[in-house]
Amino acid sequence: MTLSRRNFVKVGGAAMALPLLGSSAFAQLEKVKVGFIYVGTINDNGYNYAHNQGRLYVEEHLGDKVETIYVENVPEGPDCERVLRELAQQGCNLIFATSFGFGDSVVKVAPQFPDVAFEHATGYMSGPNIGLYNARFYEGRAVCGTIAGHMSETGKYGYIGSFPIPEVVMGINAFVLAARKVNPDATIKPVYISTWNDPAKEADAARAMIDQGIDVIAQHTDGPAALQVAAERGIVGGFGQGADMSAFAPETQLTAIIDHWGPHYLASAEAVLAGTWVPGNTWEGLKEDVVQMGPYGAKVPADVVAAAEAMRTGQIDGSVHIFTGPINDNTGVERVPAGTTMTDAELLSMDWYVEGVEQPA
Amino acid sequence: MDLTLAIIVTVVGASTPILIAALGELVVERAGVLNLGVEGMMLIGAIAGFVVQFHTGNPYLALLSGAAAGTAASLIFGFLTLSLSANQTATGLALTIFGTGFSALAGSSYSARPVTLMQPLLPEQLADHPIGRVIFGYSFPVYFAFVMVVAVRYFLHSTRAGLILRAVGENDQSAHSIGYSVIGVRYLAVMFGGAMAGIAGACFPLLLTPQWAERMTAGRGWIAVALVVFASWRPLRLLAGAYLFGLVMTMELYAKAGGGVLSVIPSELWAALPYLATIVVLVLISLRRDATTNAPACLGKPFLPTN
Repeated sequence: MTLSRRNFVKVGGAAMALPLLGSSAFAQLEKVKVGFIYVGTINDNGYNYAHNQGRLYVEEHLGDKVETIYVENVPEGPDCERVLRELAQQGCNLIFATSFGFGDSVVKVAPQFPDVAFEHATGYMSGPNIGLYNARFYEGRAVCGTIAGHMSETGKYGYIGSFPIPEVVMGINAFVLAARKVNPDATIKPVYISTWNDPAKEADAARAMIDQGIDVIAQHTDGPAALQVAAERGIVGGFGQGADMSAFAPETQLTAIIDHWGPHYLASAEAVLAGTWVPGNTWEGLKEDVVQMGPYGAKVPADVVAAAEAMRTGQIDGSVHIFTGPINDNTGVERVPAGTTMTDAELLSMDWYVEGVEQPA
Repeated sequence: MDLTLAIIVTVVGASTPILIAALGELVVERAGVLNLGVEGMMLIGAIAGFVVQFHTGNPYLALLSGAAAGTAASLIFGFLTLSLSANQTATGLALTIFGTGFSALAGSSYSARPVTLMQPLLPEQLADHPIGRVIFGYSFPVYFAFVMVVAVRYFLHSTRAGLILRAVGENDQSAHSIGYSVIGVRYLAVMFGGAMAGIAGACFPLLLTPQWAERMTAGRGWIAVALVVFASWRPLRLLAGAYLFGLVMTMELYAKAGGGVLSVIPSELWAALPYLATIVVLVLISLRRDATTNAPACLGKPFLPTN
């Protein structure tokens, strides 16, 4: 949409009509309009699908007090600015930019719409009306790792990664730290394929690892391709990522990590309605229900389910933090002393592998 | 040894769709038409194949629908470039963009749905032994690709129709002046290219990863287009080229996943090999004094009869 004069007058008028109540820029609202932008399609059955489920969750809970709009397949670049402006001009009070790469655009556009609340997922640049939110997916990885530690026969796991960014490195480390609490000799082999979405390459990477002796596979890419290969080759199992993928491999999915953004989106929308929204910086996980575990597969024995549940509930009540020392890196150097837990800042910049991770080629 | 055999099986899977799509494009280009829409036609073939496989469970019907959908897409290209003489490069790129969007739209309600893989073509007993598995254990498209290499080669070089097609690609005005329908021949070639690209696309859900995902061909249509040049428009070289690309794409992953022998050659080198190989081939071609690059003389030029 180009900025038509009529829209401009409307938007400008609305901005001026906003009552100047105290120092807060945000007024109470009768109805909140929430915009979402997605980097991919809502049908990817993974990351973007999960964000859209969050949008539907808000609609379901707020009923006629909310109106939502979304734009999918928004490229991370200048086009994102245009989409953000359009959403703001269409009267959105709250806009979620759901991909890391939208950050620059949010920082540019947000100051032009000071009465609109912006929230940026997995980012690091905040502002007077820019909040940040993220999810502790590594907590789910620890549950998966616990299951792998119990069920693998070879003690060798494969892990398909997209790019070696802290988010992915953290997941690999959490997985193997949990597995080695069960089987101290367990090792994991990360294979980076330099893409989030190339199912044929994901499948071939899975084949390459399975042919070389791994019997449990995990992935940090968008689709179920690796899980399907695991089923085809009849290895011990794999995990769903982003969403429950049991439809693709009912026998093979041991459990799944489910992104559940709904509660966070709802809380933000309610805060905007009440006029109490302030830019936050949240990093929530299993405890806040932002990360959920999928159903345990039929082949997971009861004692393994119990161990996995102990890991899950331990992380919820705070008695377990998977990144608590002693932790050595994969060259044998102690990185985290016994009894110390890594800080969030350390986790978010993690660029080394723990013991048990074979250095990726 | 077992690992070697496993690698071969993976290589064959990775090479087959590229080979099929490239073989179609080779015939198109031999008729003097450059269709850069291979990636788009593959995606349209992939979603058509997936939908039919999902609803009927008949993989042969799925391959046929992939071929039909690819042909339909190629006719859009054919109408614009042959009947209306539009620019082939631009139209081909537009076809790829269209195919990407159209397949995403058509597949939007099929995202969380698995299908079954195509079963091996030959009786199981043949594939019992590991060596037997490597030779006899594949499904139909793998053998189809080999048969088509031989068939295309025979057609181009040993049949009258193939001679006419090459004449149209080398000198459209001469072919026209002795009474051949240049546009008609090119339509048929473009349709063949579309059908082959459609089948290649349908191989993705049927052979490699039994699901539908947007953009699931992930650029392999472009590799197919590049391979035609790499193979200097010859079917047997195309076969070698497709398997070479399949080998390096696969070995990169096996080298990353493994230790031991496989890590002797670093994965970065495997990843770089296709590009190195392309440069070497292009240098070799340009060094040969006796032959031209073998590119069809009318490639990419619209046909406007002068008489």
